[in-house]
Amino acid sequence: MSDLKILVYILVMALVTYLIRMIPFVLCRKKIQSKFLQNMLYYVPYAVLGAMTIPAILYSTSSIISAVVGLGAALFFAFRNKSLIVVAIAACAGAFVTELIMSLLVNA
Amino acid sequence: MDSTKTSDYKFTDGLRDGIPIGLGYLSVSFSFGIAAAGKGISIFSALLISMTNLTSAGQLAGLGIIAAGGTLIEMILTQLVINMRYALMSISLTQKLDSSFTVGHRLGTSFGMTDEIFAVAAGKKGDINVRYMYGLILIPFICWSLGTFLGAAAGNILPDMLKSALGIAIYGMFLAIFIPPARKSVGVFSVVAFSAAMSCCFKYIPVFSGISSGFSIIICALTASVLGALIFPKKEDEADV
Repeated sequence: MSDLKILVYILVMALVTYLIRMIPFVLCRKKIQSKFLQNMLYYVPYAVLGAMTIPAILYSTSSIISAVVGLGAALFFAFRNKSLIVVAIAACAGAFVTELIMSLLVNA
Repeated sequence: MDSTKTSDYKFTDGLRDGIPIGLGYLSVSFSFGIAAAGKGISIFSALLISMTNLTSAGQLAGLGIIAAGGTLIEMILTQLVINMRYALMSISLTQKLDSSFTVGHRLGTSFGMTDEIFAVAAGKKGDINVRYMYGLILIPFICWSLGTFLGAAAGNILPDMLKSALGIAIYGMFLAIFIPPARKSVGVFSVVAFSAAMSCCFKYIPVFSGISSGFSIIICALTASVLGALIFPKKEDEADV
């Protein structure tokens, strides 16, 4: 593709993505009255997170073993109501240390 | 505006909550930059894609279409399907906005509606204001752009092990958002568990393997939240878990 054509594709892509986000955000101005919809929208973020986290977390590092250790570390701190950043760093640290140990075992 | 409530969250509260999102985005956008360079896309184009789209799955699919010389119709339809979940998130988040969200600020902040930013904003106690929302978007946006640039310009500067470990940051953050309320509310727990189980079905049962990840999230989230609303309707006094 020519540079100009790529530019057109990028702008179309950006426009579609923005409109999907923006239109409902601007149009939905009132608090929804329906109890059923209120309840449903209350659960949406948790449902989205559940579907996005499991099973994807198991494949988020280069090996399932380090991902499971990272998951364990994250669960440990999440159960203690630690902040987002603490839980995220714990997950990374767990995965990193595991991969370090694994690479040392392989090289030993 | 029908809402007269205002929220006390500060810009810096948003910045702080955006740090873990940014950490995760660095590694994900880094791989996007590498993928873009691998497909012969210029650093400028890769950066432009990230700065104007701010989404992972949609960008990767769009990159594939550009690289393969696909049609504009294909581009539009693909983005619609993969990113339609954002419409659901936008509607959901409108129920938590205070009166500072004028039309102009809605036009501005809706650009930053990613899975992670939505999840963090939705997980805050009570209503949120525009200061918080802009703060929350800023660091992830910078990291997403920076990671793309670095990945496209110099794909191999981060050691593999570090890149790999950063990949789990976003999921750790997700757990920190849904575990505490799931421990307190059987409804939240059931919705998360059901949605996760359904997502595993989409992942592991071969019949469903043709369904895109964006579409799979919509189906899981809609089904689980409808069931949650039917089986575990919230009582008035549980307005904010």
